[in-house]
Amino acid sequence: MVPCNYRAQDDEESWVEVPRTLGCLLQSSLQSNMLGPWCSPTGSPAPLSCETGCGEGTWILVCRLLVPTQVSLLSMEEDIDTRKINNSFLRDHSYATEADIISTVEFNHTGELLATGDKGGRVVIFQREQESKNQVHRRGEYNVYSTFQSHEPEFDYLKSLEIEEKINKIRWLPQQNAAYFLLSTNDKTVKLWKVSERDKRPEGYNLKDEEGRLRDPATITTLRVPVLRPMDLMVEATPRRVFANAHTYHINSISVNSDYETYMSADDLRINLWNFEITNQSFNIVDIKPANMEELTEVITAAEFHPHHCNTFVYSSSKGTIRLCDMRASALCDRHTKFFEEPEDPSNRSFFSEIISSISDVKFSHSGRCIMTRDYLTVKVWDLNMENRPVETYQVHDYLRSKLCSLYENDCIFDKFECVWNGSDSVIMTGSYNNFFRMFDRNTKRDVTLEASRENSKPRAILKPRKVCVGGKRRKDEISVDSLDFSKKILHTAWHPSENIIAVAATNNLYIFQDKVN
Amino acid sequence: MAGVAGPATGSGAAGGDGDDSLYPIAVLIDELRNEDVQLRLNSIKKLSTIALALGVERTRTELLPFLTDTIYDEDEVLLALAEQLGNFTGLVGGPDFAHCLLPPLESLATVEETVVRDKAVESLRQISQEHTPVALEAHFVPLVKRLASGDWFTSRTSACGLFSVCYPRASIAVKGEIRQYFRSLCSDDTPMVRRAAASKLGEFAKVLELDSVKSEIVPLFTNLASDEQDSVRLLAVEACVSIAQLLSQDDIEALVMPTLRQAAEDKSWRVRYMVADKFSELQKAVGPKITLNDLIPAFQNLLKDCEAEVRAAAAHKVKELCENLPMEGRETMIMNQILPYIKELVSDTNQHVKSALASVIMGLSTILGKENTIEHLLPLFLAQLKDECPEVRLNIISNLDCVNEVIGIRQLSQSLLPAIVELAEDAKWRVRLAIIEYMPLLAGQLGVEFFDEKLNSLCMAWLVDHVYAIREAATNNLMKLVQKFGTEWAQNTIVPKVLVMANDPNYLHRMTTLFCINALSEACGQEITTKQMLPIVLKMAGDQVANVRFNVAKSLQKIGPILDTDALQEEVKPVLQKLGQDEDMDVKYFAQEAISGTKRPSGSSGFQGGSRDSPV
Repeated sequence: MVPCNYRAQDDEESWVEVPRTLGCLLQSSLQSNMLGPWCSPTGSPAPLSCETGCGEGTWILVCRLLVPTQVSLLSMEEDIDTRKINNSFLRDHSYATEADIISTVEFNHTGELLATGDKGGRVVIFQREQESKNQVHRRGEYNVYSTFQSHEPEFDYLKSLEIEEKINKIRWLPQQNAAYFLLSTNDKTVKLWKVSERDKRPEGYNLKDEEGRLRDPATITTLRVPVLRPMDLMVEATPRRVFANAHTYHINSISVNSDYETYMSADDLRINLWNFEITNQSFNIVDIKPANMEELTEVITAAEFHPHHCNTFVYSSSKGTIRLCDMRASALCDRHTKFFEEPEDPSNRSFFSEIISSISDVKFSHSGRCIMTRDYLTVKVWDLNMENRPVETYQVHDYLRSKLCSLYENDCIFDKFECVWNGSDSVIMTGSYNNFFRMFDRNTKRDVTLEASRENSKPRAILKPRKVCVGGKRRKDEISVDSLDFSKKILHTAWHPSENIIAVAATNNLYIFQDKVN
Repeated sequence: MAGVAGPATGSGAAGGDGDDSLYPIAVLIDELRNEDVQLRLNSIKKLSTIALALGVERTRTELLPFLTDTIYDEDEVLLALAEQLGNFTGLVGGPDFAHCLLPPLESLATVEETVVRDKAVESLRQISQEHTPVALEAHFVPLVKRLASGDWFTSRTSACGLFSVCYPRASIAVKGEIRQYFRSLCSDDTPMVRRAAASKLGEFAKVLELDSVKSEIVPLFTNLASDEQDSVRLLAVEACVSIAQLLSQDDIEALVMPTLRQAAEDKSWRVRYMVADKFSELQKAVGPKITLNDLIPAFQNLLKDCEAEVRAAAAHKVKELCENLPMEGRETMIMNQILPYIKELVSDTNQHVKSALASVIMGLSTILGKENTIEHLLPLFLAQLKDECPEVRLNIISNLDCVNEVIGIRQLSQSLLPAIVELAEDAKWRVRLAIIEYMPLLAGQLGVEFFDEKLNSLCMAWLVDHVYAIREAATNNLMKLVQKFGTEWAQNTIVPKVLVMANDPNYLHRMTTLFCINALSEACGQEITTKQMLPIVLKMAGDQVANVRFNVAKSLQKIGPILDTDALQEEVKPVLQKLGQDEDMDVKYFAQEAISGTKRPSGSSGFQGGSRDSPV
């Protein structure tokens, strides 16, 4: 069924200079205003309880995986020990280049595979170690399964724009046959990849012998049909579809619908709906572009489909609001069905209020009853049936409230942190600075700060909870706010769909932790 | 083996001991694994040749096992393979061995690419007919069961299409099992499979016993129609048509209508869209009585649905719905129950709705007759001819022939003309292009006089449009007009105006003259071409713009066959030879093309021209 009047996107707009995010807009407006010295109000710091344990127990490092660079692709046969050597080799030479920085992490639906995308346009897929799966202490071990170049840098000659190869998002499709399928996207183009195994190859030619030498045709007296012989397992990645030319702005999200037939892609101002089979047509379902770009006040920052209801999706905006749309109601979803917004607390109002309230990630819970949003300082959980305020609010790093000015100056305030649920929706994880990441247990209301760093990257080391000191007195095991390293940020994390195994991307390192079972 | 001559050419086979008839086959077999997709594809397309050479025994034991495992290939190769295997029964030893084809098709039925899977299912359906009833139960039914209980949903979706072909020929016990498998697929976990089952529900219902339809299919249908995914529910609407066809009026009322009523008011616009889209089929399937009681009110609701997509789909069906109403009382019913809604749609807010209506509304005039058309429809036509959206106006104009039959076009011509003129001058060139394409049709209906008076100037104006596509279409339009109105008309009205443009200061317009001559020469015949057009073309050979000159060469090549030999030899040839010495490379090239081009047909065309000349 193809509805007839999908909205054509006007192509004249290509000459309008488009701000990448609202953040940039605000940034430029500030520069023009040249505000005086800035005093930030100190928000009431939330109590940071650092009692151990989040979810079921303490966390240990299982393995640290470097996304293999072009120089050293880790082959499948290498055992864990040699990989460690490789890792330390890479570490010692501090090998990370800009292209190796991980830009997205995603488990597939069974958790058997874990995909990462990086700024160099590569996708690396890790597979769970089959043998160690049943050994409690090693069940979170993953090895490289396949590596391929998903996107290449491009140049749009019509708009004189460079298109980065950086992978913005990866989404796995539900498995439909023996092969695996995933969508990967950069700023403009979504691609559907098939990752499949091959363990047989044909043998026997009529006109050539085994070494490839040509046979004299005169000697052919019988016909040979090739036979298939087993060979070493080969994993191939092939591009199946390329969904291009539908986005004028930068794609920030892709989400697969539960009907297994469609997916959506969202950019700063529009959301398009695609059918997996059709690459030359997409339907524009949301368009918030004002007729006059100067009237632009908000942009779309993330969008996701409901996990079970194929007609429902949400998108978040830079103003800290979330809209829920029902595709049953009408073909164009410019009018939302629900609008989630928390009234602003006037006492916390500051120049940065609008920037820090911008939502960087939105995720439905697995049950589909809640949505979680991440803004700069907090994670909020919303009940789908309550639009006027979140049911839970967690402070991720409230101690930064006093540092917003310097975070603004070094652009960190525009960092887009993601957030994830655990398999049973009882724990929330999100990243912070200084290679710290945070977990919040929704039932016990306990939270923990952990660190993914090289210093404690000894396998099976128990992660020590970290504490950031907020007052004047610093205790021995605490770290002062002023000594936090803002260049080490954890933006992308993933949680295994059913087990307590997490993947945390810290620049070019992928750490895999599992909870410690005694 | 006669058919395989292809790549054997010589290649040293002569004098050897080998059987040289084997060589081409050997090449084909080796190319099954060539790096080049095109060569693999060619080889797959000649699979029957390979099988014939191998013989039935080796085809079964060697070729088919090999093919079963080659599912890694490109989609187009797999598609060709799936298609080939559907006609392979004879090559594996006839119906007794048809089951040997099942393994490769089974693996093709699980690939992710829908077209390949569908083709594999189609071939499986074909092969199922060649199975004996015994073989069907021994081999085919187990295959269907395997697919239906496969781990991956690709295999289960493929299974959905196979139930209906094996059911009629299976034994009672197996029939029960097949129904059981189908039932479980209808409530599969994945929407993909439920969709496949829903889309095959009608087809499966047709081969079932009536009792089973009522006791089993109807509950499945009701379930699918209330599925949580609207993509499944909308497919149930289609099944509704097939199921209703099988049932008596009372059963339809009791078993199908509740679901259909619910679908027509579904929360999801996509489901309502589907009801609107399938309305004519539904109308035929449920019969006139239910149509009057239930469908007409439902249709009225669809015509004023809140979603424009639904209104547009319903508007598309207005004419068919009216046509299919029972003759008795049709007119009153349309006048009272449908027309009021149509009147509102004419001023709908959505242009797609209006243009959908405009594409069918003219068809109502034949159904309603002259008086009603003049009194009720004509005002609507006139309103739509003035619509702000060009697509609406175009749709009205493109369907003028329906009205012409009933009330004659004169009634409309007063409003028609401004509408045409406005479209002809629309700022969007695609709109202009669309109206040009209707010109020959309009000219036929309005007649020469009206055309000369009002439209001729438009047609000439298009020749100097600033968009090439319009100039090109205008040229073709002239040709069609000449075909309609005859050469005399052409000579008096068209040709002089075209030829004047040869002196235009703009070289693009001068070239348009040449393009017109290319198009018109054949329709105008030898006399006009030689006497009026040729001198102008020859004169233009001295044009200062090279583009014009090489188009002269092209034109001469084009009109050469129409000219007589004398003119060719005495006038055309010297000019072409001169152009052949032109300083511009392209002019030289096309002149030489023309010389060699006119030479070959010149002999025959000379005679032809002569013979054509005599009867004139």
